[in-house]
Amino acid sequence: MYSLPGMCGIIHVGKSEKIKTIKEAISHANERDTVLVHGGYYKEGNIFISKKIVLKGIDLPTLDGENKYQIISVKANGVVIDGFKIVHSGTSSLEDIAGIKLYDVRDAVVQNNVLDDTFFGIYTQRGINCLIQNNVLTSARKQEQASGNGIHCWKSDSMRIINNTIKGHRDGIYFEFVTNSVIWRNVSTSNLRYGLHFMFSNSDSYISNIFRYNGAGVSVMFSHHVKMFNNYFEENWGDGAYGILLKEIADSYIDGNHFIKNTSAIYMEGVSRTIMVKNVFRNNGWALKIQASCMETELHNNVFLGNTFDVGTNGSLVLNNFDGNYWDKYEGYDLNKNGIGDLPYRPVSMYSMIVERNPPAMILFHSFMTSLLDKTEKVLPTLTPENLADTKPLMKLPFHL
Amino acid sequence: MKKIIKYIITDILRNKIILSYTAFLLAISFTIFSLEDNSTKGLLSLLNIVLIIVPLISIIFSTIYIYNSAEFIELLVSQPLQRKKIWLGLFTGLAGSFTIAFLIGAGIPIILFEATAVGFMILAVGILLSIIFVAIAMLAAVKIRDKAKGIGVTILLWLYFSLLFDGIVLFLLFQFSDYPIEKPMIGVSMLNPIDIGRILILLKMDVSALMGYTGAVFKDFFGTTAGMITSFLVLAMWMICPLLISLRKFDRKDL
Repeated sequence: MYSLPGMCGIIHVGKSEKIKTIKEAISHANERDTVLVHGGYYKEGNIFISKKIVLKGIDLPTLDGENKYQIISVKANGVVIDGFKIVHSGTSSLEDIAGIKLYDVRDAVVQNNVLDDTFFGIYTQRGINCLIQNNVLTSARKQEQASGNGIHCWKSDSMRIINNTIKGHRDGIYFEFVTNSVIWRNVSTSNLRYGLHFMFSNSDSYISNIFRYNGAGVSVMFSHHVKMFNNYFEENWGDGAYGILLKEIADSYIDGNHFIKNTSAIYMEGVSRTIMVKNVFRNNGWALKIQASCMETELHNNVFLGNTFDVGTNGSLVLNNFDGNYWDKYEGYDLNKNGIGDLPYRPVSMYSMIVERNPPAMILFHSFMTSLLDKTEKVLPTLTPENLADTKPLMKLPFHL
Repeated sequence: MKKIIKYIITDILRNKIILSYTAFLLAISFTIFSLEDNSTKGLLSLLNIVLIIVPLISIIFSTIYIYNSAEFIELLVSQPLQRKKIWLGLFTGLAGSFTIAFLIGAGIPIILFEATAVGFMILAVGILLSIIFVAIAMLAAVKIRDKAKGIGVTILLWLYFSLLFDGIVLFLLFQFSDYPIEKPMIGVSMLNPIDIGRILILLKMDVSALMGYTGAVFKDFFGTTAGMITSFLVLAMWMICPLLISLRKFDRKDL
């Protein structure tokens, strides 16, 4: 142990050091000190940090909560927690027990940790300007009730959630009342409920994340000014599973995302003034399920490839603009060679309306009968909303895939 | 019996209809795969061919062939040959040549362009449907003595299996839409070989759309190994039953 006067101290913790436990080291530490924890196994119950310190693990020391405790609680600003393996937190239906919990703090950094079998993973409430990056969170709990969220942020602001890998939690990333934050380059897979659960959280961006095999996909609700760029939504299967569920979203951008092999890629309800461009929809059951309650949504330069149904809807009112997308099912021609089809494309097929009303009718899909019905409907639209059409369908892909 | 099969196959090949059918399939499949830039659309067009054209050609050509070889069959019956062997020889010859035609016509393009689970499922279903409709044609031909009437009946049968049956199913679906009819629907679909084939392909092709609640019911049945085996067994029954009935009829028929 050495320290220079006027500079921050470094306190070593380890089997072969003078100080054996982390709790003791923290009690000795002054503000702005660094506690270096050497590799080993630490069973110390709940570690409580109320000073601005850096808690850094060397060779990934393991902190075990013995299925009873919340492992690290932080109630001081500017704390750094770096490089720990945090395992077996307690489980409770009354409290939100987490691997690492930040209470009313600002400027905290949680990075390079591995969390295994924790109830909630990393939990912040009323956090400001915290950075959560490069963590790996895994949970193998089977039931939603016995499982918490991976990264849970409640009533926070200016959070940065970067490059985390989250697997097997209830919701991978949970945002409620979080503003001005960014979720960037995370991978959220195989969670029991949502890969990303996002409510009442305005002016946030999520960029280049991957959401895959989640029980119910991704859900973004009751928010405005949300930006979603270059995310991948893949293989979210089931009746209630959507690539993204958008509910009551306004003034948002959905740009350059890829939706691959979802039962429904996007389900939109009460979405308004939202711009969706350059998204790729590939091999989904339904690319878009757009309810009649959506308005002023602009869809341009999107690519629809190999989807069973391109668009499904529940009414005949259309207040959205579908012009200038690429649809692989388009059968029109382009006489003046300007790259825009001369006939409008109607993405709602008759059969998608039938299946919407009577789901078991899916069993007849692709039969001669249904192709015949679809063809007649194209000539004389009766069931499908007549205004739901792309009047400027693109003849060629607008960009390289 | 081997001699009969050999004779029938060479006779069918000399007929040139099968040859042009093969060429037609080959041309269409190659065009589909080379014209479409995405293979899903190609497979969809191929699916329509397998479900509509293959049964139509099989059933009509086989019926006409049986009627046209009435004299040849009479000649064979006058020889010291078992009737069973003559009839089975005819069936094997017809079914064999249709299988070969489909394997060459659709199989080669599928293996070249789309050697995936969907491709192979389309191939398997196409072969099975060819054989099934040969068996159905033979049953119709042995039951009805008049050629014109016989051909009319087979066309009606084809129309029924590929169009009318689905119309009835759609009607039932809407009539009983308030009831949980997903499971009975599986049973109903077993009554039509084209439907079984279509659903088997559908499960490979549109699996994402089928993962919804109802789809999951179908997937739980058809998607499992047991369900697959059941559906293929039912398809086999669709081959064997018409054949056995026609065999009995032919055995007792006064030519």
